[in-house]
Amino acid sequence: MTDVSYLPATAPPPKAGPHGLPPSAAGSAATRSAAGETRANAAPAATTPTLEDPTGGRRSRGTRLSAPGWIRRLTGPAVLFAVWWAVTGTGLVGGRVLASPLAVARAFGDLAGDGELWNNLSVSLVRVGWGVLFGVAAGLVLAVLAGFFRAGEHIVDSSMNFLRTIPIIALLPLIIVWIGIGESAKIFLISAGVVFPVYMNTFAGIRGVDVKLVEAGRTFGLGRLGLIRRVIIPGALPGFLIGLRWSLGVAWLLLVFAEQVNTDRGIGYLLTSAQGWNRTDIIILCLVIYGLLGLLCDGIVRVLEGSLLSWRRGFSGT
Amino acid sequence: MATRLQRYLSPPAPTSAQDEAGQAAGPTGLASLTGHTGPAGPAGGDTDGVAVRVRGLRRSFGERVVLDGLDLTIAAGEFVALLGRSGSGKSTLLRILGGFDTGIEGDVLAATRRSVVFQEARLLPWTRALGNVTLGLPGKDVAARGRVALAEVGLADRERAWPVTLSGGEAQRVALARALVREPDLVMLDEPFGALDALTRIRMHALLQELCRRHRPAVLFVTHDVDEAILLADRVLVLADGRLSLDVPVGVASPRLRSDPAFAVLRSRLLAELGVDDVAEGAR
Repeated sequence: MTDVSYLPATAPPPKAGPHGLPPSAAGSAATRSAAGETRANAAPAATTPTLEDPTGGRRSRGTRLSAPGWIRRLTGPAVLFAVWWAVTGTGLVGGRVLASPLAVARAFGDLAGDGELWNNLSVSLVRVGWGVLFGVAAGLVLAVLAGFFRAGEHIVDSSMNFLRTIPIIALLPLIIVWIGIGESAKIFLISAGVVFPVYMNTFAGIRGVDVKLVEAGRTFGLGRLGLIRRVIIPGALPGFLIGLRWSLGVAWLLLVFAEQVNTDRGIGYLLTSAQGWNRTDIIILCLVIYGLLGLLCDGIVRVLEGSLLSWRRGFSGT
Repeated sequence: MATRLQRYLSPPAPTSAQDEAGQAAGPTGLASLTGHTGPAGPAGGDTDGVAVRVRGLRRSFGERVVLDGLDLTIAAGEFVALLGRSGSGKSTLLRILGGFDTGIEGDVLAATRRSVVFQEARLLPWTRALGNVTLGLPGKDVAARGRVALAEVGLADRERAWPVTLSGGEAQRVALARALVREPDLVMLDEPFGALDALTRIRMHALLQELCRRHRPAVLFVTHDVDEAILLADRVLVLADGRLSLDVPVGVASPRLRSDPAFAVLRSRLLAELGVDDVAEGAR
C-alpha cells in the first residue's frame, strides 16, 4: 500500500485507491479534467506514518516538592564550606596550610575586637572610593568626547585602545617614579585601571544608540543638547553601568597590588603581614572580606540598575 | 505667518466641507529644503494652499538614480497615498521631505510644521508615553497638550506606561499622538501600519480617518498595500523608475467598500501599474 508513492507516473492506477478508497472515489476525482487525470495519478499518495508518544513515556508528574530558589543557589557554597570544615576539622590539612572556619572566625573576633580590622578596612575603602571616583569621571569624560565628536574619536579612541593593552600593574614602577609611594600613587593606580572599563562600555553605549531614535528626536525638534539629554545619555546608561560593574571589580584587584608597596595600613597590608606571620586564618579572613566587598559593590550597581533602568523591566509605575 | 499663529492658538474647527480635499486649510508656511529659493520660491503666489511642492527632484546614490525628475504637489488638507515597489524610492522621498537627506537636486518645498509617523513607532524606550508625545514640544502647557493628544488616540489612561509595555497598535497610536500634538500642516506616514496585525490595522484606519477629519493636515501616506491606499486616500500615486508613473484621484464613493465595482477597477489598475498579476492576486 505505502509503495504507491514510488510508482512511476506512467503506471496504471492501482485497483484500490490509497487508504483503501474504492477505485470509483479515486476515479471521480481524476476525471474532473483530462489534464488533471495524469497529474492526479502522478501525485504521490500519503504514506501511513508511524506514531509515537513525543515524550517517550517520560511524563513529569505535576509539581514535585522543591526548595526556594535562594536555598538551591546556596547549595554550592554550602558544599564548599562543608568540605573546608571537614578537611581542616579532621586534621587532613594542617592548620598552618589552611585555617579552619573556626580559626578564621576567631581571627575575625580578635581583629574586630581591638579595632584593627576596621582601621585597615576604612583605609582601603577610602583608597578604592577615590580611585573609582577619579577613574569613572575620567572614563566618562573621555567616552563622551570620543562618542559625541568625530575629532574626539580620532584622538581619544585609538590612544585608549593602545593603552588598554598595557597591563596596569606594569605601570607601577613608572607611577612610583612619577608620584612616589604615598596615598596618591595608590589612588592613581586604581584610577588608571578603572578608566578603561568605564570608557570602553560607555563609548560603546553612546555609539550603540539607535540612529533611528536620534533621527526621530531631530524630527520632533530636539536640538543638540536636547538629543544628548533625552536620547543619547539614557541610551548609553546601560553600557555605562556594565562598565561601572567591571571597574569596581578591577578596583579591588588593583587595591591588593597597591597595598603591597610601602604601606602600613589597609586590607592588603594586613594580608601581606599575615603571610609574614604565617597566619593563614588572617589571610583567609582577608580573602573573605574581599569577596564580601565585591558582592556589596555588585549589589550597589544592581540597585542602581534597578532604579535607573526600570523602563527595561517594564514597570508601569502606577 | 499670521495663519500659522492663528492656527496655533485656536483649535482646528471642523468644517462642513470635510469630504472635499484641500478645502479646509488655507496657505501654509512652506520651508525650502534645498536651502536656496528657486525662481518660484516661497514668495511665489502659486504656493498658496499647498503643503508640498516638488519640482524636478533628483537623488542618486553613486551610479544608481533613485529619484529622477520627480514632480509632486500636495494641496493643504489633501490625503495622498504613495505606492511603489520595494526600492522604488518611496522612503527616499519621505526622508527628503522630512529634511534628513540634503544630497538632492531640484526644488523642494514642504510645510514648515510637518511631522512623521515611522513604520516602527520609534518611541524612546526610557521615556513614558506622555513624555514621548511631548518630546521636543515647545511652548507652555506641554503636558496638558500631550494629554489631550493621548486622549484623542484613546490612550488617556496609559500616559505613565513605558513603551515596552505597549502593544504594537498602542505604540503606533502614541506615535500618531506625537505627530498630531504639533498641529502639523503636513503629516508623513511611512508604512505606519505595516507591522500591525490585520484587525488592529482596520481599527487604526478608522482612527487615522477620524483624526484627519478633525485636524485636516495634508497627508502623505506611504504604503505597500493597495487596498489601504484606496480606502484612505483622496489621491493615489505610484512611484516607479524615479518618477510618478501614475497619479489618480480615488473616485470610489464613501463609505469605501471593497465590494464596490469602482474599488475593484482601481485596484486592478494600481496592481497592474505595480507589476502584479491581478488574476493571481484576485484569486485569494
